[in-house]
Amino acid sequence: MATSLPRRRRKMESAIEWLLAGAALAAILTTLGIAAVLVGESLPFFRSVSLWRFLTDTQWTPLFADPRFGIGVLLSGTATSSLVALAVAIPCGTALALFLSEFAVGPLRESVKPILELLAGVPTVVFGYFALDVVTPLLQKAWPALPGFNLLSAGLVMGVMIIPYVASLSEDALRAVPMSLREGAYALGATRLQAAWQVVFPAAFSGVAAAYVLGVSRAIGETMIVAIAAGQQPRLTLNPFEPAATVTTYIVQVAKGDVPHGSLGYRTIFAAALALFLLALTFNLAADWIRRRQRLRGRIS
Amino acid sequence: MTEPVATSNGQRMNGAAGHPSLKAETRGLSFFYGEKAALREVNLPVHERRATALIGPSGCGKSTLLRCFNRMHDLYPDHRYAGEIRLYPDDINLLAPETDPIEARLRIGMVFQKPNPFPKSVFENIAYGLRLRGLRDKTEIAERVERALHDAALWDEVKDRLEDSAYALSGGQQQRLCIARALATEPELLLFDEPTSALDPLATASIEALIGRLKSQVTALIVTHNLQQATRVAEFAAFMYLGELLEFGPTEALFNAPSQKRTEDYLAGRFG
Repeated sequence: MATSLPRRRRKMESAIEWLLAGAALAAILTTLGIAAVLVGESLPFFRSVSLWRFLTDTQWTPLFADPRFGIGVLLSGTATSSLVALAVAIPCGTALALFLSEFAVGPLRESVKPILELLAGVPTVVFGYFALDVVTPLLQKAWPALPGFNLLSAGLVMGVMIIPYVASLSEDALRAVPMSLREGAYALGATRLQAAWQVVFPAAFSGVAAAYVLGVSRAIGETMIVAIAAGQQPRLTLNPFEPAATVTTYIVQVAKGDVPHGSLGYRTIFAAALALFLLALTFNLAADWIRRRQRLRGRIS
Repeated sequence: MTEPVATSNGQRMNGAAGHPSLKAETRGLSFFYGEKAALREVNLPVHERRATALIGPSGCGKSTLLRCFNRMHDLYPDHRYAGEIRLYPDDINLLAPETDPIEARLRIGMVFQKPNPFPKSVFENIAYGLRLRGLRDKTEIAERVERALHDAALWDEVKDRLEDSAYALSGGQQQRLCIARALATEPELLLFDEPTSALDPLATASIEALIGRLKSQVTALIVTHNLQQATRVAEFAAFMYLGELLEFGPTEALFNAPSQKRTEDYLAGRFG
């Protein structure tokens, strides 16, 4: 009896260890699986279309009689809508995070947080129609020449959608900054704003940068809003006042269409998805690099 | 009381006893966290260009008292001050509603229990307080940073690594950096909240020596758990117990002949 308890506990302990390792493994295997499928399905594509043409062609017309496969066309749409979105989400998200963590007290804080979470819970299809039917008509009052489908409106609404993610993660990072650092700044005579911006924000920067990268990933991966409000014709442009398709829009279009399974047209969606996957991976690695560099320089968090 | 008479550099004298003049004093100071009184009717004189040690058992309110001087409590909700803290020579009440706490903090420096350098370079850590005071001239900032580092006895150790992160310094160096950071702003009063409790004996000795040298420039108020430290660095000592100031006097007198039983018991190590 005396020895049974520790033994039972040890068994329990190792069972939990396996469970946790299994959970971690599942996430890793899923990622590897996705990567394997993307690469596997793209290989036949790249046997028919050279990588060089894929990267440099200025047309994307894979389903035309004379197909062209310039992924840059779709990437330009993704880049433009994402830049508009980040131009909204990063400043607003950062300001909101600073406000919540450094300025807001008690009841105000407690009421803003749930509203933010509500915003994060709105289905993206709702955002998409909001962009098309509310934001675009409003923008057209200022710029009558703006087409009904455009990257600007989709990007702005996408930015609003991303604010809660950026704000929430940034706020966590800011609040993790030890109080002693704030006290040090205040004791020197800093105002709230000076302490927040010049001491707390730099101290939390690696965490805030991670929040930004999550925002970038959300922006380049966002599908519904751009599919509804930005138009679906591929167009090489960095002008937000034009309609254009993004990588994700194209994938939706083809995946739900009647392209024969296994055809070249079908394989384009894997090639496009692979491009998107690599782009997102690059951003995540960049974020990791920033974090590591900060740690080497001895910053906290 | 046999007190060293203030040096003849034009300081105000305070009465026939030969005390140096007052830099600050609390009058009937009480402090409340919510409903709970953490300080009761404290009357503490702080003599100019002298070090005053606040001693007493844990939870007696010595840190709370210290943090009233630069209104640090204002950062947290549910606090209330009563009474006054007069700052001389202009005789303002630091706790008055019309006194801007930032104004008080621009005049009163503080060194914390644990070193808390900013996530900036060694140089910028010290320059920051100067920039907060509107200083823009690069040469002047550089001069004052160097002087502060000399005063904090840190210059020789960091002069080649001014651009390095402050976190690359050792704990003792970081604490001297924090002292330099406060000194650079030329505070009238410097608050120390157990400045050596997180440091090893060697670093402690160097900080104590530093405080000793600084007394020609600044008035110091030091919270310490270390009674020997109080006798080593402070001319005056105040014994606090349960939020009250039980006894105040020249350190030697208070340690050798305490007038209160509580003080005597505490100094004898009978409680703490």
